[in-house]
Amino acid sequence: MSPYLTHAPVDLDSLLAAVSAPERGGVATFLGLVRNHQDGRTVVRLVYSAYESMAEAEAARIAAEAESRWPVRVALSHRLGDLAIGDVAVAVVAASAHRAPAFEACRYLIEELKRRVPVWKKEFYADGSVVWVDPTTPGMGAPPESVPAT
Amino acid sequence: MNTSSEAGGQNLAVRVLLFATYAELAGRALVELTIPSPATVQDVLRRLRASLPGAEQLPDQPLAAVNRSHARLSTPVRDGDEIAFLPPLAGG
Repeated sequence: MSPYLTHAPVDLDSLLAAVSAPERGGVATFLGLVRNHQDGRTVVRLVYSAYESMAEAEAARIAAEAESRWPVRVALSHRLGDLAIGDVAVAVVAASAHRAPAFEACRYLIEELKRRVPVWKKEFYADGSVVWVDPTTPGMGAPPESVPAT
Repeated sequence: MNTSSEAGGQNLAVRVLLFATYAELAGRALVELTIPSPATVQDVLRRLRASLPGAEQLPDQPLAAVNRSHARLSTPVRDGDEIAFLPPLAGG
C-alpha cells in the first residue's frame, strides 16, 4: 500500500488507479474536505499533524481489515500540514465487482480512520482564536467509541 | 538498555512521545524515562507527570499507544518501548 499520509494535495486519480481493475465495476469514494465552520465559528484555515509512524501502521491495518471483510481493493490518503477551506483532507476509495461491498467498505474505512488513526487538527478562526479540535467535547457530535486494546 | 538498581530490580528505559495539545502543555514532544520494572503505561504517565513541568496538566486517563498500537493504561511496558500519549483524535 502507498503511504497514507502526504504533505501534497491528495491525488485522487492515483487512488482510483490503485484500485481499478477490469473485474471491479463498482468504485465508492469518500472525500473529507476542509469545512468553513465549526461550532458556529468561522474557520479560515487549519493544520493537520500526526504520529506518523503509528498513523501509517494503523491505516494499513484498517485497509487490510476492509480487504479481508469485503471483496474489495482499497486506497486511502490523508493530507498533513496547512490546508485551506475546500481542500481535500482525506480520501478513501473502495472498488469491488459490485456496489454493495464497495459502499460498505468505504463507510467502514472512513469511520475506522477517524476513530483510530492518530491525526490532529488545529483550527484557526476568523476571530483570531486557534484551537486543537477535540471531537469529544460537547457540541461536536457523539464522542468516539473507546479504541480497542492490543 | 537494562540497568539494575542497587536493590537488584531492573530498570526499564522507555521513550515517551507527546503530540498536539499535550506536547504544547508539557513543552516537549519526546522524553526519555527510566522506570523500575514491572511497569505499566499508567506508571510511565505518573513518572512523566512527576518529572516534566507542565506534564501535570495532562489528563488522568489519556489515550495511549505502545510501539505504535493503541494500548490501555494497564498495558505492561518493556525495556525499549515507545509509548505515546494521544490527545483525542481529530483526523479525517
